[in-house]
Parts: sequence; structure tokens; C-alpha cells
Amino acid sequence: MDTLLIHILNSLLYAAVLFLIAGGLSLIYGVMHIVNLAHGNLYAFGAFVAAWTVGLLVGGGTPTPVLYLVLLAGPVVAAALGAVLEPTLLRPLYQRPEEYQLLITFGLLLILEDLIRLIWGPYPLSVSSLFEGMGSLNIGESIYPTYNLAVIVVGGLAAVGLWAFIYRTQFGVVLRATSQNMRMAQAMGVNVNRVYVQAFTLGCFMAGLGGAIVVPQQGAVLGMGVDALILAFVVVVIGGLGSLEGALVGALMVGVVRELGINLFPEVELAVLYLMAAVVLLIRPAGQFGRA
Amino acid sequence: MEEDARAVSLLKTTQLTKYFGETHAVDHVDFTVTEGEVLALIGSNGAGKTTLINLISGLIPVDSGAIVFQGADITRDSIHEKIARGIARSFQLVNLFDQLTTLDNLALAIFSRDGKTRKLFTLSDADRAVRDEAVAVLQQFGLANKAGMVAGGLSQGERKLLDVAVAYALKPKLLFLDEPTSGVSTREKAPIMDIITSVVRAGKITAVIVEHDMDVVFKYCPRIVAMHQGTILADGTPEEIRNNAQVTANLLGAQAQS
Amino acid sequence: MSPVSGPNRRVLVAAGPIVVVLLILPWVVEPYQTVLLSYGLVFAIAALGFNLLLGYTGLLSFGHSAYFGVGAYAVAFTVKYLKVGSMELLLLAGILASALVAAVFGLVCVRYTRIFFGILTLALSQVLWSLAFKFFWVTGGTDGLRVPTPTLLGVSIDAGQDKMAFLAHRYYYYVLVLFVAATAVMWVIVHSPFGKALQAIRDNETRAEFVGVQVWHYRWVAFLISGVFTGLAGALWVPLNGLTTPDILVWNFSGEIVFFTVLGGFKTFAGPIVGAVVFNYLKTFAVGYTVYWQMFLGVVLVTLVLALPTGIMGMVARLSQKWSQKWKRTPAP
Repeated sequence: MDTLLIHILNSLLYAAVLFLIAGGLSLIYGVMHIVNLAHGNLYAFGAFVAAWTVGLLVGGGTPTPVLYLVLLAGPVVAAALGAVLEPTLLRPLYQRPEEYQLLITFGLLLILEDLIRLIWGPYPLSVSSLFEGMGSLNIGESIYPTYNLAVIVVGGLAAVGLWAFIYRTQFGVVLRATSQNMRMAQAMGVNVNRVYVQAFTLGCFMAGLGGAIVVPQQGAVLGMGVDALILAFVVVVIGGLGSLEGALVGALMVGVVRELGINLFPEVELAVLYLMAAVVLLIRPAGQFGRA
Repeated sequence: MEEDARAVSLLKTTQLTKYFGETHAVDHVDFTVTEGEVLALIGSNGAGKTTLINLISGLIPVDSGAIVFQGADITRDSIHEKIARGIARSFQLVNLFDQLTTLDNLALAIFSRDGKTRKLFTLSDADRAVRDEAVAVLQQFGLANKAGMVAGGLSQGERKLLDVAVAYALKPKLLFLDEPTSGVSTREKAPIMDIITSVVRAGKITAVIVEHDMDVVFKYCPRIVAMHQGTILADGTPEEIRNNAQVTANLLGAQAQS
Repeated sequence: MSPVSGPNRRVLVAAGPIVVVLLILPWVVEPYQTVLLSYGLVFAIAALGFNLLLGYTGLLSFGHSAYFGVGAYAVAFTVKYLKVGSMELLLLAGILASALVAAVFGLVCVRYTRIFFGILTLALSQVLWSLAFKFFWVTGGTDGLRVPTPTLLGVSIDAGQDKMAFLAHRYYYYVLVLFVAATAVMWVIVHSPFGKALQAIRDNETRAEFVGVQVWHYRWVAFLISGVFTGLAGALWVPLNGLTTPDILVWNFSGEIVFFTVLGGFKTFAGPIVGAVVFNYLKTFAVGYTVYWQMFLGVVLVTLVLALPTGIMGMVARLSQKWSQKWKRTPAP
């Protein structure tokens, strides 16, 4: 019973982070119809910035609760990066075939990958004190890190917050209108350029947040972005490109399957995930919640 | 009606139906085409003309009803099978291979018709027979001097003609032409229709022409079928259509005003 | 009338001198340069295959590392488990294996287009990568599989001969012959009625159906041919590298294949060839020059997409047009 609960918590933990990454990817695709291959790097960027900033302050007398808030530097910088990249690199390409949009984000992936290495060097950054600082809980016979629960809560809050943002605010209405029919929205006076940059920034913020909250637990490692991107792909393919509900369901499914995979058949864990994506595409090309 | 029975019916739809949500795009339509005739399908926007053609040619699936072509039920046939039976069509919004040359647009249709598109290891330019036939069709359509130009670079009128020529090159038994003169200037309409109708008649091809312009229809087509809100309103000679009260009220009147 | 006429003859005239230069090159330049060029020619074969899908059928695959990798691993497995040393048999193994994988993957992928096609090819290639990565007792994992120098046409490497000298001469010519053959075959395919049908599908899928082309059959055959060319390249790559690792299966390598095809210009036949060779030099230079070579390549790619979308061949075509116009105008009084 306890082990089952722990497996469930592990699945949720993984799903929470994946939702943040994949949700951002899907949001960007939903609004702008661009698959951002550099999305994983923005997640990695968020992780490195968070780890670095906390690292500067840790041991300097900053009270620990403040350090958890300092993690937010990650998503803020990732969002700022997004706000710069969209108008400069992506905007000139909206009229061009999608091959070019995909390629430029691939170029961006290569650049950001090395930019992280250039700034922070090849070694992982870690702020495990934040992870250990929260202690752990007893669940029956086993102990479970409190920080992991916090990540699950943050993921849940992000999902709720995002849902409220998109379905309950004026900005959300504009965002959804633009996503459904860009020209119509434009004709109705929506400043599409502004919506695009906002959506892209929001998507990058989510990726950065995902990066920041995994840092205390896993640290910031080179290559983490590319790995995350591929898993985010699996999530959005399962859930449906462009759908936030889909990203949530997809993240939960991937979380569960991965937890099962790690415990039952570790060799083919990744292969199973990719195959799952391929099978879903075959049965439902638009995913569970996607629009074809 | 008795006349129809004596002539050979090439195509016959019975109770053909397609709904888009609440819209009855094509509503239990019985429509017959007789071998050798050139008939016009008229009606205002949304009358169901293009939907009817889309159903018969296989672009969209049928909700209910049946399509019989030369005695065979083709209701569920794929596009490919319908093409193989000899049903071809052109498009209202020009549908061409824009990066291929005008000549290659036609050559492809001929290769495909002759089952030669499965050849991987012969050069297409080396097939003189296909090339000569493609040139001949281009000449019939007055496009011979554009043979080497990419289709994307042609004028709108030329593109409309090439669209019809590609369908014609398949040597179909039944050819649907969806508004062959839409989107071109009034001045260009008559020359285009002259070319199309003379080629169709010379090739002894049965053709159904969807057209908005009544002057064009009355001039070129001996039989006219008028559609309105998904159903057939009237079917007869230009004279009968012109004097049909319902047609006048629903179609011609509107056009006289515009 | 000979079947090779008009513009076709012009292509042969243009290709002739290039082949002659490639033939005498090993006698003129350093062995290292020849080996580098061999890599370029191998990638060019892969790019030719890839571009049958992108340039001629309008399908952007982001998973072509799969077929390259399968070709390469087929060679490595055949050497390791069947103790085969003949390069011809190894090539056959590479071709058969990549054909098989492409046939199966293709069946799945060609039902989709645009971004879904891209993601599906990517996901399937990642399946192979993760298998190669995790089943290390079969594949050697990240250490890869070492492959000894094979025999070429039954002749093995001379006793005591330097591996580099072998690669720079005998193996270079081996690769060159296959490159020329692959290029010629691909050239015929894209100019065949079948090739025209693919281009028609690329331009207008609906209309292609309506001239009687069964779109997904043709896409599948194109996918298969594309996979086989890329698999052949993967098999040829193994003796050059001497080692097969999961790196060639991972999706970044698929990205590089896309990269060099666009670098050369995917709207022309020769573009992918030029792009592959140039990219190989570019990457080798960047890797030797800085640890931040990925950033360098990224900047090149971004610049290319923004400023030079038609690639090298597109630029050459534009410049030559400009010059020929100028040249025509100057003699006028």
C-alpha cells in the first residue's frame, strides 16, 4: 500500500515537471503554430539561472524561505529570453513554410545549448540544500522527501492558475481567439504581434519554472534540455498539440508509464514512451484533446 | 422523362444526401447525366452544386443515397477508383502543380492515365508519345506557347484553362468542370468557354459545367439543371429554365438585380 | 533521338569535370583531406535520400538518423555476429536492414504530413536510439561497436598498410564510385514519371489524387527509397569511422541531415550534395576550432534561414543569372 502511494507520488512528481514543460510547448504551438525545438533549452536555462542565483546567495545569510522564492529567477530570465527571441528570430518567418520555422528553432537549440556551457561551464550546478532543507515525511514504513510534494503542489497550482488565466481573463479570451483564427482576430483589432510575444513569453516562463523547481532535487546538468524536449514531445503528441488539457493528461500518462517502466522493464522504458506516442498518433492523429 | 429513358444514362444519383451539421448541402438529390451531353448546373452560392460534384467525384464522403456510373454502384469508391472508371473534374479554385511546368502538369496526367507513373528508372522527357500528346492538348487549349513556364507563373485565365486541360487529358468519360470561368474578367469568359466547349465537343466527352454566369450557360449548354438549397429546382432546356417561375424567383431574379 | 537530350546533356557536361577533379584529388591533397571528403560524400548520399522526401515529396523528416543508424548498426552486427568481412556483403546487409525499417516506419509515417509527419519520424527514430542505448550488451551502448577494416571486392587491406592510407585511396575510390552511382540513380528517379508524381504530390496533394495518383502509395515508395539511400550512407560510413555508436541514431543527427540539405538548397537536385560536403568541412573546422562548435553551427543555421533560405545553390543560381545578364548587356554598343 505504501509502495503504491510512493509510486503514485513519483508519477505525479514527474508529471508536474513534464506538464510545465509540455504545457508551455503546447501553448506556443496552439497560438502560433510553431513547434519550438529550443523549448527544452529554455527549461534548462531556467534551471541554470535558478541554481546559479541561489548558489550566489546560499550561505550569505539569506533566510532559507527567501531562497525558495529566489528560484523564481529561473522562470523570469527564461521568460525574458523568450520575449527577446520571438520578435527577433521567429516573427520574420511566419509567412514562410514551416520547415524554416522548425529549422530556426533547431539553430536556436544549438546556440542555447552551448550558451549554457559558455556561461556556467561543463559541470552540473546543484543547490541540494534546498532539497534537504525541507526534510522528509514518513509514509508508513517509507520516507518521502517533502520537497517532492512541494513540486507536485507547484505543478498543480500552475495547472489551475493557467486554466484560470486562459479561461477566466480578458487576455485568455484574446489568446484563444487568436489561436482559433489569427486573421479574424486581427480583423477584430487584436494586435497579433503582441499576443504572439505574450504567448511565447508565457510558454518560456512555464518551461523556466519547470527547470527551477527540479533544480533542488536534480541539479542543473548540460543536456537536460534536449532530454526534456523529447519527453515533452511525447506528452503533447499523446495529449494533442496545442491543447493544455491534453498536456496535463499526457503528462500524467507519461508520468505513470515512466514510473511503471523504471520499475518493471528499465531497458525499454524510453522506447515504450516513444512507441506510446507513435501509437497514439496512429489512432488519434490529433491526440486526445487536439484539433486536427 | 421518357426521352431520358431511351438515351443511355451514364451517371445516376438516387436520393444523394450530404448534411454539414444543420445545413442540408445536398438533400435527397436524383440527378442523371446522359451520355454525350453537355449540361450546366446552376444555382446561387450555397445551392449545393459544388457539394454535389464533390460527392460524385469522391472528394467528400456520401451521407446516404447512391451513385451509379455505367451501371456500377460507385458510391463508396475511392477517388482513385473513380478516376480509373473515367470520372474527372476541374476545380473552382485552381488546383495545379505550381512548381511543375505547364507541360509537366499535363504530362503527369497522361502518365498517370497510362499507368506509367510507376516507372522509376526511365526519364519522363524521353517518352515522346506522352510529350507529343501533352503538346497537342496544350495546343487545343491555346497554351502551347506556355509549355515551359511553371504553372505558378501563369495568368489566372491560363490557370483556369490548364486546370480544365489536366482533367481533360485523363480522357474521362464524364468530366465535371467547377466554375471554369470564375475569377477571370468578364472579357475573358467567352474565349475560355469557347475553347472548353469546342474541345469537349470535339473529344465527344460528356460534361457537367457548374456556372454562375447565366449568359454563359444559356449560350453554351443545351440542358440546364438548377439547384436551390440542396435540391433540384428545375431541369430542362435553356428556354424552359428561363420561363420557369421558381427559377426566375430564386435565381434569375437575384441575378438581374445584382 | 537519344534519351539524354537538352538540359539533361548539360547536366552530364557539368558533372563530368567535377568527377574528374574528384578522381585525381587523392594524388594531389593530403590523405586527411581525402578522408574528410569521403565523409562529405557519404553524407551527400544520405542527403540525396533525405531530399527525395523534403525537396521532391514535401515531407520533412526529423528522424532520418534512424535509417543511417540502422545501416551502420547492420554492418557492425554482421561483422560482430556473422564474422563477415566483405564490404559488399556488409553494404547489402545495411541496405536490407534500412529498407526493412523504412518500409515499416514508412507505413506508419506517410499517413501524415507536415508537423505530424516530422514528430512521428522523430519519435520512431528515438525508439531505435533508446534501444541501442539501453541494450548495451548487444550494441555496446555508448561505447559502441568497433568494426575492423573490411575487404573491398575481396581484397583485404595490405599487411602493414596504414589505415589512413587505405581510407584515403582505396576506400575513397570505393565511396566515390558508390556516390556517383547513387547520384545517377537518384537523378533518374527524380526525373522519371514516378519522380514527377512525387513533385505533383508535393505541390498539390488533392489534385494529385484527382489525376489518379494514389498519394500514400507513392509517399511510401519515396520513403522506402529515401531510407535505403540513407542506410547505404550509414553502411559506408562505418569503415571511415571504425566505430558505431548511438550518436548516429540520436535525433540531433537527424537535425544535421536537415541542416545540410537546407544549407545546400533543397529546391535543387545538387543542393543537398553541396550542402553535405560543405557542412562536413564546416563542422570539422568548428569542432577543431572551438568547444562551442554547436553554437557556431547554430548561428550559421539561423543566419541561413533568415538571410539565405534558398541555400548555397539558390545563391549560386541567382548570382550566375545576374552575371549572365550583365555579360549579355556589356557587349551592346
